[in-house]
Amino acid sequence: MSISGTSLADTIAVGPSRHAALLQRQGVVVALVLLILFGAWRYDDFLGLYNVMSVLRYNSMFALVALGMGFVIMTGGIDLSVGATAALASVVSAGVSDVGLGAGLAAGIAAGLAIGLINGLAIAWARLPAFVTTLATMLAARGLALLISGNQSVSVSWETSFTDLGGGDFLGFPIPAWIAGIAFVLGAVLLNFTGFGRAVLAIGGNEEAARLMGLPVARTKVLVYGLTGALAGLAGVILAAQFGAGQPTEGQGWELFAIAAVVVGGTLLTGGMGSVGFTLAGAMLLGLIFNILNFENGKGDFTLSAYWQSVIRGAFLLLVVLLQNRLARRPS
Amino acid sequence: MGDEILLSMTGITKSFSGVMALKDAGLTVARGEVLGLIGQNGAGKSTLLKVLTGALARDRGTVRFEGAVVDFRTPQDAQAGGIAAIYQEINLVPLRSVAENIFLGREPRRWGLIDWRRMNSQAAQLLGQFDIRVDVRQPLNQFNTATQQMVAIARAIGQRSRLVVMDEPTSSLDDREVAVLFDVIRQLKARGIGVIFVSHRLDELYAVCDRVTVMRDGMTVADQPMASIGKLELVASMLGRSLEEVKQFGATAFHEDFAPRAAKVLEVAGLKSAPRVAAVDLDVREGEIVGLAGLLGSGRTETARAIFGIDRAQAGTIRFGGLQTGFRSAQDAIRAGIGFCSEDRKTEGIVPDMSVRDNLTLALLPQLTRHGVIDQIRQREIVDRLVKRLGIRLASADQKIRELSGGNQQKVLLARWLCMQPRLLILDEPTRGIDVAAKAEIQGLIRELARDGLGVLMISSELEELTEGCHRVRVLRDGRSVAAFDHEQATEHAIMNAMAHGPAEVSHAGA
Repeated sequence: MSISGTSLADTIAVGPSRHAALLQRQGVVVALVLLILFGAWRYDDFLGLYNVMSVLRYNSMFALVALGMGFVIMTGGIDLSVGATAALASVVSAGVSDVGLGAGLAAGIAAGLAIGLINGLAIAWARLPAFVTTLATMLAARGLALLISGNQSVSVSWETSFTDLGGGDFLGFPIPAWIAGIAFVLGAVLLNFTGFGRAVLAIGGNEEAARLMGLPVARTKVLVYGLTGALAGLAGVILAAQFGAGQPTEGQGWELFAIAAVVVGGTLLTGGMGSVGFTLAGAMLLGLIFNILNFENGKGDFTLSAYWQSVIRGAFLLLVVLLQNRLARRPS
Repeated sequence: MGDEILLSMTGITKSFSGVMALKDAGLTVARGEVLGLIGQNGAGKSTLLKVLTGALARDRGTVRFEGAVVDFRTPQDAQAGGIAAIYQEINLVPLRSVAENIFLGREPRRWGLIDWRRMNSQAAQLLGQFDIRVDVRQPLNQFNTATQQMVAIARAIGQRSRLVVMDEPTSSLDDREVAVLFDVIRQLKARGIGVIFVSHRLDELYAVCDRVTVMRDGMTVADQPMASIGKLELVASMLGRSLEEVKQFGATAFHEDFAPRAAKVLEVAGLKSAPRVAAVDLDVREGEIVGLAGLLGSGRTETARAIFGIDRAQAGTIRFGGLQTGFRSAQDAIRAGIGFCSEDRKTEGIVPDMSVRDNLTLALLPQLTRHGVIDQIRQREIVDRLVKRLGIRLASADQKIRELSGGNQQKVLLARWLCMQPRLLILDEPTRGIDVAAKAEIQGLIRELARDGLGVLMISSELEELTEGCHRVRVLRDGRSVAAFDHEQATEHAIMNAMAHGPAEVSHAGA
């Protein structure tokens, strides 16, 4: 006897349909488009070259952190240390920026990678919970940044081309945006077309199964946290280059911003499912909300303090996630 | 075929902190042979298989595979060496596609990057060999357990495994799906692949195995051609009792008859609850065990959920204790006097790291607390009484429930509902995945509870349980009641027929 596709389909288990999953992800794109349309309608210079370029320039570092966070969350983990890691990297790269652009870049990324590898090794081999491990390295990295800098911002060298990493342009686009753009393209290829990417999703989906299937679970985790640390380091370098100084106290709350961007982008917090492209959309969405609130203040109808902005961002995040949830649950 | 030895394990010994789990155990499998491995829970089957697949290290003993002595240190090692294992809980990644699950870790590449088109077509082809035609790009969790199992097997075949270990593969399949699995096993056999098949269902062993190895107390106690050993003899050697004893004991614990009382505790008519339940009628009297039969997807569990108030009914009437009701939540139903033991013990029933005491009284907690503080004296009383009454075997009630055997866990769940003193107990597959002896105990317990006046609605995929254990059997197909049998009419044949074809329309499902 045999079972044909149709008779098996009769007994297919209930689960979220393909359309629902797609809707859940595309909610972020819909929200993004709506927000852009709203901005363009309400504010004159919203779509002006200057604003677009500065939004891209400023948000690139957040996007890089979100990219790494996306990978971590897809494995079912979390990385709370990214903000502090970026601050540490900004201080380190600013300190060596007088040697040159390459040295500053390498030093910042290396600092981030080091923190990331410590996270990865502790989580994958010592089997510590990701939350606790990265909470510890968050405190440690912040402390290191303050120690190295003596609790002061470390001014970068203006003699070298280091500041181009933050303020420079290439072919009319900000260099930070180029960096983030290339990182996201590479990230998408990594996730969708390499064994590493499949292993990331398999681990998040069912770690025990991944292990029994012979996937290199520990190695993949170390690499994921290492990658995330390196990306946070890169973001720190851009931070230093953009502000002209290494900032030991910056980066607070970046980890939460990144988690928010990833979740808004439809990645499951429990892991196993996610998308690099939609993470980018999530990061852009959150960045644009900030931008629009600035415009609103500039318009002068009423003034919102930075504290109110935070409240509004939080409310918006809740709204988007609620919306996605509704969309995903609606029967097709 | 079948003469050439594929695998031989001899003198395998393994102890855990001083306790011997395996004593000089062993087994052999020839090429193209299906070996049945049977034994009670705790007999050492799983330990032996874990030693084979490298998940556990042995203390002593030799494993020879394809003529050479091997020593697999990890499951990866064993896989690379040609031994694949398919576990009871399917160890795949639910959110990823069928094709990804088959190829995870060895995806076809093109210029170093994953070649999705080739991966999907190869996956479809592998499954096609077993007559499974599904969209391999869909996430695995869109498919039923049987299909997921086939995916696991396809994965093993794709890796060119020469030996496939199946640990209770049929425990969550219905009869039709089991038949498909057996077909696949026969195909593996024809290709010269050896199979080790673990099951608690004796009929299945006879249907598909060439030889059987029986384990008891960590030792191999019998190894015989399947055809040369009788069913009772098999049970006897498993339990370590004499044949005479077993003959008296019987295969299930449902023997003597008693009559249910007249009062109907539950009456359901025209129940509809989208998407699975279309039109279900059934009733349960006090002291009566009513079986609910049907294939997976026929709406059995969903019917129970609607009665229990977890899902909302769109149409139909539910009368409980003579009064028309419609429970709006499980809380409502519990308060009215219904208990519901769900099918999936691990995910819906127990809290693994909580103590037996807390697990047992979880549903009773609101009544046990005064000003937010748990009345521990009463809690102890209740737990002690039920542990004794149900014969739950444990070292202490403070023990974590995960440390108990499956049968004892199930008893704790039963106890959880009994301490609520329900009038109706809905049991979804109460004996799934439990060894033969514990099964008989649970069945006996259900029977006893019914005799005390409890109404029982029992969903089961085990025909024996339905024919022997129930006063009446209700059969569902496609969310509709299609047949009702009294105890005398309820033969395996009649139930199977109704499940597969029903009276209304005839589908092409084989049997």
